[in-house]
Formats: sequence, structure tokens, C-alpha cells
Amino acid sequence: MKDLIIPDGIHGPKLSDMGTPAKSGAPVTLVIDGMDVTVPEGTSVMRAAAEAGITVPKLCATDMLEAYGSCRLCMVEIEGMRGTPASCTTPVREGMVVKTQTEQLARLRRGVMELYISDHPLDCLTCAANGDCELQDMAGAVGLRDVRYTPGDNHVETRAGDGANPRYIPRDDSNPYFFYDPSKCIVCMRCVRACEEVQGTFALTVEGRGFDARISTGTEDFLNSDCVSCGACVQACPTATLQEKTVEEIGTPERLIVTTCAYCGVGCSFEAQMRGDQLVRMVPWKDGKANRGHSCVKGRFAWGYANHSDRILSPMIRESITDPWREVSWEEALDFAAEGIKAAQAKHGKDSVGVITSSRCTNEETFLVQKLARAVMGTNNTDTCARVCHSPTGYGLKQTFGTSAGTQDFDSVEQVDCAVVIGANPTDGHPVFGSRLRKRLRQGAKLIVIDPRRIDLLETPHMGEGIHLPLRPGTNVAVLTALAHVIVTEKLYDEAFIRERCDWEEWSDYAEFAADLAHSPEAVEALTGVPAETLRQAARTYAAAPNGAIYYGLGVTEHSQGSTTVIAIANLAMITGNIGRPGVGVNPLRGQNNVQGSCDMGSFPHELPGYRHVSDAATRAIFEAEWHTTLDPEPGLRIPNMLDAAVAGDFKAIYIQGEDILQSDPDTHHVAAGLAAMDCVIVHDLFLNETARYAHVFLPGSTFLEKDGTFTNAERRINRVRRVMAPKAGLADWEATQALANALGAGWSYTHPSQIMAEIARTTPSFAGVTYELIDHMGSVQWPCNEAHPQGSPVMHEDGFVRGKGRFIRTAYVATDERTGPHFPLLLTTGRILSQYNVGAQTRRTENSVWHDQDLLEIHPHDAEQRGINEGDWVRLASRSGETSLRATITDRVAPGVVYTTFHHPDTQANVVTTDNSDWATNCPEYKVTAVQVALSNGPSDWQELYEAQTKLTRRVEAAE
Amino acid sequence: MTPDKLARMANQIARFFESQPGDQAQAVADHINANWAPAMREEFIAHHAAQELHPLVNAALPAIRGRG
Repeated sequence: MKDLIIPDGIHGPKLSDMGTPAKSGAPVTLVIDGMDVTVPEGTSVMRAAAEAGITVPKLCATDMLEAYGSCRLCMVEIEGMRGTPASCTTPVREGMVVKTQTEQLARLRRGVMELYISDHPLDCLTCAANGDCELQDMAGAVGLRDVRYTPGDNHVETRAGDGANPRYIPRDDSNPYFFYDPSKCIVCMRCVRACEEVQGTFALTVEGRGFDARISTGTEDFLNSDCVSCGACVQACPTATLQEKTVEEIGTPERLIVTTCAYCGVGCSFEAQMRGDQLVRMVPWKDGKANRGHSCVKGRFAWGYANHSDRILSPMIRESITDPWREVSWEEALDFAAEGIKAAQAKHGKDSVGVITSSRCTNEETFLVQKLARAVMGTNNTDTCARVCHSPTGYGLKQTFGTSAGTQDFDSVEQVDCAVVIGANPTDGHPVFGSRLRKRLRQGAKLIVIDPRRIDLLETPHMGEGIHLPLRPGTNVAVLTALAHVIVTEKLYDEAFIRERCDWEEWSDYAEFAADLAHSPEAVEALTGVPAETLRQAARTYAAAPNGAIYYGLGVTEHSQGSTTVIAIANLAMITGNIGRPGVGVNPLRGQNNVQGSCDMGSFPHELPGYRHVSDAATRAIFEAEWHTTLDPEPGLRIPNMLDAAVAGDFKAIYIQGEDILQSDPDTHHVAAGLAAMDCVIVHDLFLNETARYAHVFLPGSTFLEKDGTFTNAERRINRVRRVMAPKAGLADWEATQALANALGAGWSYTHPSQIMAEIARTTPSFAGVTYELIDHMGSVQWPCNEAHPQGSPVMHEDGFVRGKGRFIRTAYVATDERTGPHFPLLLTTGRILSQYNVGAQTRRTENSVWHDQDLLEIHPHDAEQRGINEGDWVRLASRSGETSLRATITDRVAPGVVYTTFHHPDTQANVVTTDNSDWATNCPEYKVTAVQVALSNGPSDWQELYEAQTKLTRRVEAAE
Repeated sequence: MTPDKLARMANQIARFFESQPGDQAQAVADHINANWAPAMREEFIAHHAAQELHPLVNAALPAIRGRG
């Protein structure tokens, strides 16, 4: 491949496979082929040679995996050692003298290759891996010119003699994205090792011995196995045995562009491998610092939505939501939208309009949308989908530490001794981080899971100690305060850390609060359902670990006490001194790719970029000078407030970029009523999403493949998004926002997102040092990046908290208003699964639906039996807000009294059921606790049928004239 | 914005601050001033009498600002 667009400084040998993983250790110098090479102790001879620019032939070795030493192709001669040791499994020694190419080695290697090729088809010219096959390369490298063996027993031919060849195994096409062709397999074990070492699923194994050895899933095919389709095996395979179907269909790529995945908050770096402007495959980038060369099924394979026929590629408008859509030019659509906003403001005041920024879009795009609200519309009515996920993180961490950000990088997990996972399900929601955590658990780190459900992480193969605190939904604060109670009363806290880094008076107050017997595990056991002894054991384990790290997700934030729970987490980290170095910290696992970024960029109605309150005159002055306008010092409306105001008739127009509030926000009926009450709803999205049924203007969006910009992941890492193809609808999202602003008279003239980043850097201290040049040079950078941290900040609060002294805050448990009772005796909690993403707008438009084609209700056998529910039955799920129907699945993964479902499919409408309860500090909805009743039903509810009919009605597009 | 919803939000805020040290009423007012849009605050002040409010919210009322 040529024409690489990758960051500077990463050219050269690093691009190729170094054979075995990098090591760290004291320098060791040896001589390879007459050249002095110095490498860290523990490095293999193979890697040392690669560092010197010498490629030793290899098949079973790759630098993503530990050395295995099975193919024997990488043998070398070493002075003073007998025979020809494998260079991949031989560590370097001081003064070693190595020869990688001698007559003897050449002869032996040809012999090895000859044996491999004697059981491999010779269809190279028509093979999908032609030109991208390591077996082919090695045959060339060792100079194999002849295969002397006549066809005998083999795995290649379909027939043997007069009958079928019993050794031949037909190709497995069951996985939608890659095939497994055993006839091309050389049993190098790279796939099996990748599944174990990198992904941690252990779905692959080898069956048989010697010549009979074959790779197997242990089941009938890949699709029905434990395989999670992460693609690690495909990436590891040196031949066309495991290969992407797109490569077979299109051909090998001719160039690659490094970019960032647009799914979850892990923010994996990928090579977009292209042929022309056609994407051939996405391959995780080994130098990506978030993912280190790993991926999940979504980022690796589920990008087909970008070309889906449902994409809307023309702007559309309509006077009324009962009219059919009319396709118009960008200009007409933008003028129509601008008129709608102006009309609303003229009649109902400037605060009758607002915007919602997207956590799916880039930092630059988000910055522009909030700027549009504040500087052009003159209102602080801007909010973002983080409102419904991590707004409590913003509040809680700002109050305790001084800034709203995770404290670590993902590499930090490699030094964790005890991981506490609260209200998160990393193997489904943040799979690449989940794999990295599992790797550490296999190395012996302890695991504490605080979650109503028994998540897969607890069943990590070969892990050490795991403790599960299966709490009742809604009791997070009681459990976390009880953990603090044990640490305080058993004096397990880190007094030196607290004295040095925290406010002592606040600590004393907090310690007195936590020590109250009312917060003891025994006292709260009946409330939380967590056995006191298990809770005590968990507290002791976390406090005793040299490095304890807390990872948490939306099971923490999406509660009426979400902000209090975040504070409780921060308290625990401070009490135990687990802040300010690698291996520890408080790590919010962000849901969407750019939740961190959208919050950083000032999407919230009360904060300008960089988490500075709008009432702060000095901050306003910076932006007023930059934007030549006056800014409102009062906070604006949040999403739920906007909807309330709309229902009350005070809020009339909204511009929503890349968010589907009708499906993703709670209490669907209320959201629908709010949208229906507005005069001008502008939806800017890839698809006619659920919200668009109430829209008057539809602006077609661009995918992450079609624009430049940056995403900021959960570790504050600013990664570049690079345009690999032209925007299909003509404008990248930032260009569309600029055009809308200009239709409102803004006069903006950005010609590239780098200019927007320059504006962010000029105005926002934590981004002061960020430029595209720096990111291109370093690969990525973690904010704060400024004069004090020119290379960014992998770990925060190293020498002191951002706010000065760490602040302890009391965390009293307050029961949610959402309580079970005779009408609604069960608690519903929600989450997501690996193959689908959020509201599913993207993943449902890919083959990922083969793994999950509908949302299911998980119910405990005891609750199911009481209601006569059998596996797969249609059930009615009702709350005080509404009701829906879906199929049940019976599992003891949930406790009795708790039911669980995902929210990926619009026809399920799980949010019809969720209520308008919210976090006390931020109004983050309480998705995780809804009192419900479950009963057998005949099929979809009336609402679902009505909704389906409305879908057809509101999605009509007028035929072109 | 419905007055009963605003009252519920204010009561929730009060239930957090009722366990905190310091001037609890001021803390409730500060939180509302910093996070609620002026229209919400004005609506709340205008209709508070008809709502069932946490004592701390009542104590905080004089410190809750209208616009500007």
C-alpha cells in the first residue's frame, strides 16, 4: 500500500510487524548480522533484529501476541548455542552474536516452507489474500522454488481418491463479516492466541494433534459459537483462512488513512483502508493509544450504515408535520430554518429557541452549535445528549476534584491491582476496554462488580478473585457509603494522602458522617440486598490493593442520586489515596464517542467551553471579544426543561444535531408532546430518525468518514477524525451548521475544522496547546494540554487536585420517588449489548442485527413462573408512564424483583415506560430505575401499533417533480 | 414548565443539602441560581405558594433570584 495518511513520526519500521511485543527493561546490546543492536532486556532476538531493520522470516509470530515458537521459520544461528533456535522465543543476552541468514538456515527454512505449501492450495492468483498473504511473502522470502511432495493426505482437496476427502472442511460463511476457510489454514495458532490474549473470549481452540490439528470454535460454526466478532483473529491470520468478506468482494486496499471510530467512548483508532473512495475495511491501528491495535464488532465491521439506502442525501422541508417531506436545495432549507427561528424569537422572545449538540459529532461541530446558540441566537439554551448520560459526572467530579474528567488513560489498567466496576458492563458497552481489563484480571488483578446484574466480566476465563455486590436498583449511594463506612471505621484509609492532598476539615466531617452506624453494611443490607459480609470484604479488598481503580458507567449516573453517587466514588478514591498515578483513579466510561468532547466544548446551558460558568464575567469577556457580541450571564434551559417549556407554550424552535431525543430520552409521550408543540423543529441527522417525525426541516448529516475534526474519548484523548470520502450530501456537519448560522446573519467563514480548533485553543485554557499539527505529530493528545502540560496529561491530579485540595462531601442516601408497590412490583433497569449501539440508528442498519434483532426482557425464573411466562413469550411491560410489549427471556442473571432490557430498537420503545424522574443536581433522567409490572400479552401494544402507523405517515417524501 | 415539576426538582435539591454542613438554605439557592434558567426561577417563585415545599426550599426562597 502507498499514500499513507498517518501521523508524523510513526513512519518506518513501526508500521511493519515487529514479530513479538515490545518489552521494557535494562538495555542489552548484541550483534545481529554484524550490526550492534541495543534493546530492552526481555526482548526477543526476532524483535531486536526488526529494530535493526532486519526481517527474520516468520509465520506464527506477530507483535500483537506473545511468542509461540511453532512455525520454526524464524530460526537463527547464535554463537555458542547449539542448533538453530527460534528467534521469536529466544530472549536477547548481552554480547550475543546472531546470524539470521546462512546457507544452513536458508536450506532449513525452505524445507519448512515446502511442508507448509504441500498442504495449502495453490490458487494464489484468485485468492482473496493475494498480495496480502504472509505465507505467500514467506515463500518468496525463503526462495521456495519447488514442492517435491506429491499430493497425499491433505486438507485442501474436496475429494480423496474415489470419495470425499474426510479431512476437508468446507468454508464457514456464518459470520456476516468474515469467512473461515479451513483449507487455507496453516495452524499457526495466531487466531486462537488472539482470541485468548487480545480479546479474552477464548472462543477458538485447536482440535486434533499433529497433522490432524484444526482450528475450531468447538461448535457448529462461528455464528453459533462464543465468538464476539471482534476481528482480532482475522487481523492475526497470516493467510486467507480468516478474512474480511469485503476484501474478497472488492480487492486489497491501496491506501490507508488513520481515523477514529465513531461508536463508543473508548475512541479506538482505526486504519480506514481504501480503494479509491471506497472503504474496503477498518483495521484497528496498532499505534492507537486507546485501543492498542484491538477493536470490537462495531468499529471493525459495522460501518455499512454509511452507505445504507436509508441515508437521506437531500435537505427537506415541510410546513406541517402532517405534510409529506419536500426535497429542496440547501439554500432553501437553510432559509426556511432561519425564518422559523427568527419568527419564533420575534413572537416569543429570544429564549424561545435552542439547540442540542451531538456527542456523535466532532468537537469542532459541537463548538459551533453551542456558539450558534450563544453568539447568534443570543440564548444559552444549549444542551447535549450528555444530559441524559454523564451530566452527573460533570457535577460530581467538578465539586470534588475541580474538573469534569476521568483521571487516567486506558493504559493505566495495565497497573491496576483491584478494579471496581460500578454500573457498567464493559464487555458489551466498552468492549475494547473490557478486553484490556480482562487481560489484567487474567494476570491476577482483583475485581469488584457493583451492579444489579451479573455481568460477563465476572465470568472472565482464568481471572482471579471476583466479588459481586448485586444491589437493588436505586441503592448505589447506600452501598458506596457503606463501603466508606468500613474503610473509615476499620481505619483502612490513607491518612498521609488525605493530610497532604485533601481538605482536613471536610475529611473530618465526612469521616464522622461515614462512621455513623446507620451507614454500616449491616444497617443497609435489608435496603440494598447486598450481604453485609460481602460488602465488608469488597471494602477491605479495594482499600488493601496497592492500586485500586474505579470504572463506572451509566448505572451510576442515570439515577435520582446520580450526582451523589459520583461524589461517593470520588470520596472512596480520595480516602484510599487512589488518585494521581497510573493504575488508580476514577474513570467514567463515557457512552458515546464524543461525550467527553461535547461536554468540554460548552454544550451545557450553564457552562462555556472548559466548564466555566456563564456567570463568570472574565470568561464571558474572552468569548465576547472573540465573537464580537454580548453573552447572557444566566444559564439556559436543559433538554427536559426545553421540553417542559415547549409543552407550556414558551419554547418554539429547536436545532438538533445528531441526536434522536424521541427514542433516547425518557418518557417518550412527554418528549413527543414537547416536540409537537414547537413551530420549527430542525433535525440534522444521517437518517429520518424517530425525532424527525416531528421535524419541519431535515438537514442531511455526514458520517465520520466524510469529515475532518476531532473526537475526545473517555480518557480525555483528543483523536483526529480524518475525511476519507466526500460528504455524500454535499456538506460536512460543521459546514451545515455554519451555513445555518450564516442564514441567521452570523457571517462565519471557517474553511477547515482546524480553524475552529484554533478558536477553541485561543479561548479555552485546557486546550491552549492543542493544534492539528500537534495531534498529527503525537498521534493523539490528552487535555489539559497547555503551557504547563505541552504534551498533554495522561494522568490528572498528579501533584494536587485541579481545585486545590480534594473535597469530601457527605453522601446521604435518599430513596428515589420511583418505588415498587402493588401495581408495579418489579424494578426495570436498562442497558445495552455488544452488537447494537445506543438507539441502533447505525448498527440496526448493518449485519450486526444477526446477533440482536429485537430487544428482550430479562426476567428471573421466579418472577416468570409467578406470571406464567415462558421463554420467548410476548409480555406487556407497564409503568406509570406508559406500556410496551416485547419478548421475555428467562435468566438468573437478574435478581428476583428486577427486570432488564436494552433500548436499541424503536419498535420496542423502552422509553415509553421510563419516567420523568431525574438526578437532583443535573436532571439526568433516572433510566435505571422504573417500577413496572410484567404480564403475558398477545403482541405489540396499542401504542406500538399506532406508532408504526404514524411512522408511515410522517416519513412520506413527495415525489420529485 | 409546570410549577409542580419545579417544586419537585427544588425539593430533590433540598434533600441533598439537608445532610450537608454549612448554610443549607444558601446552598439550595446557589444551586438553583447556577443551574436553572431565569424563566424557571421566576415561574417557581411566582407559583411556590401553591406547592408543597421542603422547609429548606422555603428558607432558600428569598435568595433565589429572578432574572438579572
